[in-house]
Amino acid sequence: MSSAFTKSAARNIFYGGAVFFFLLLVALTFDTMNTLPKRDNRANLTESAARGKHIWETRNCVGCHSLLGEGAYFAPELGNVYVRRGPEFIKTWLKIQPTGAPGRRQMPQFNLTEQQLDDLVSFFKYTSGINTAKWPPNIEG
Amino acid sequence: MKYKSQAVAKPYFIAAIGLFLGQISFGLIMGLQYVVGDFLFPAIPFNVARMVHTNLLIVWLLFGFMGAAYYLIPEESERELHSPKLALAMFWIFLVAGAATILGYLLVPYATLAELTGNNLLATMGREFLEQPLPTKVGIVIVALAMLYNLSMTVLKGRKTAINLVMLLGLWGLAIFFLFSFYNPANLVKDKFYWWWVVHLWVEGVWELIMGSMLAFVLVKVTGVDREVIEKWLYVIIAMALISGLIGMGHHYFWIGAPEYWQWWGSVFSALEPIPFFMMTVFAFNMVSRRRREHPNKAAVLWALGTGVMAFLGAGVWGFLHTLAPVNFYTHGSQITAAHGHMAFYGAYAMVVLTMISYTMPLMRGREANSPAAQLAEMWGFWLMTISMVLITLFLTAAGILQVWLQRMGASPMSFMAAQDQISLFYWMREITGLFFFLGLLLYIGSFFIKGKPATAKDPATARGLASATA
Repeated sequence: MSSAFTKSAARNIFYGGAVFFFLLLVALTFDTMNTLPKRDNRANLTESAARGKHIWETRNCVGCHSLLGEGAYFAPELGNVYVRRGPEFIKTWLKIQPTGAPGRRQMPQFNLTEQQLDDLVSFFKYTSGINTAKWPPNIEG
Repeated sequence: MKYKSQAVAKPYFIAAIGLFLGQISFGLIMGLQYVVGDFLFPAIPFNVARMVHTNLLIVWLLFGFMGAAYYLIPEESERELHSPKLALAMFWIFLVAGAATILGYLLVPYATLAELTGNNLLATMGREFLEQPLPTKVGIVIVALAMLYNLSMTVLKGRKTAINLVMLLGLWGLAIFFLFSFYNPANLVKDKFYWWWVVHLWVEGVWELIMGSMLAFVLVKVTGVDREVIEKWLYVIIAMALISGLIGMGHHYFWIGAPEYWQWWGSVFSALEPIPFFMMTVFAFNMVSRRRREHPNKAAVLWALGTGVMAFLGAGVWGFLHTLAPVNFYTHGSQITAAHGHMAFYGAYAMVVLTMISYTMPLMRGREANSPAAQLAEMWGFWLMTISMVLITLFLTAAGILQVWLQRMGASPMSFMAAQDQISLFYWMREITGLFFFLGLLLYIGSFFIKGKPATAKDPATARGLASATA
């Protein structure tokens, strides 16, 4: 780099740029928080769905599955599983794990109560209603 | 080594390498589970192996960053570390907390672990990369604050350089943004939105400051190029990193419920994110070719050049590949993401820590450079690991393209598992390449035990390698 461009000029660009773009990020975040009520399906964020999220977290589901595309890629996307499979399938599926099919990927048995299963289903119902800008491309996730 | 207290870096680096070995071992377990689904089930289910794999990565990189900071800050500040005892105490606390956490993952069902560690008081667990129990998270904060106190006092009383200021700023940012890991609202969109304030603002934000500082420090030492020049580069690189990376966070906000204007902000700014990484490559090669001295530690120079190139490929090119919203619509949450993640973490952060270790470890062991035989083994380790990682990335990319095609495009898309069955060949090739990576790592570790007369700058075998690298 040429000597006309000094280290202190570079330093000023760094500090100025960092502060400016951080403030821009904060402004966009503020606007996002104001827009979210129209998009984040909070109407369906019931007590049951909130408990379901807790089940989702404490069983480390994200260690194999993705949720709205984030998580692990070892097992299917579950953000839209409520639409893809429906509530009864989800509950039955959880009850019959693991399949024990030789050589196939296995899901642990979490021994959830009927209440916990319903909470988890409420959570998936809630996630399936979030406005994700039409993602995923199709029902398979 | 100019100051005695710099030696506290040594245990940090040894722990980092040990945990790196653990990380790769669990990576191999997961890689096999991708194709032999019931391997080690139910003893180590995939989610547990993955948690261990990613958490070990984070913890060993943090050990590496801390070790690097404890080494370079006294030297840059031209004084002893404020409190070497505190640094050593923090090392043991972090090591014990880290080991206990990993053992907890492996030995206790996750739900029980959550119950036992107070997750019901403040639920923070069960989110990707932030799986640590509450006491571990609090421990990370305490260790980070003690470190920042120690390092800040050292810098305040000593010489201020761009290198130590940028390092300190990066570490403060790391600690501050980690605090978002304690915020976990029931609203999934908000949860995800602020989760990225830890994850993205670490790896595509403040960690780049830490990386830049480490790279600049090593380049000053091994090339002898004027500090003014190197520090100017450092500022320009990190300026570009934050200018592109802060709003570039929008590329994570496309499909999680955030407003759709993020598709524009995220696409445009994250398309600029390769620039700082490209500059790091140019920077490293430029400084080495303008070197004013022949440093006898050729292995360290190789790592410094390698991290520039691989960070650009992994973070820059593979990031750009799927960062534009119309592309990401199809690739989001596929093996493409995994491909990018592997090469970016290895190229940028694993390799820059190994650069720092390569440069400092011989000094802490009382010599300017290791023997030519030890360096040769280390450089073989470099090439084996690096080439393996390139292949792993290519195989995962192939798997990802096929996955997207089969599962997300076309008239009759396959289900997730049906598509996985179709691409298992690439998972096998990834796993076999992973074994070569593991061999490379063993060779790298073995190089620390090879004795012999320390290399000098005139040593022909290593000098030739360097000349061809920068020709």
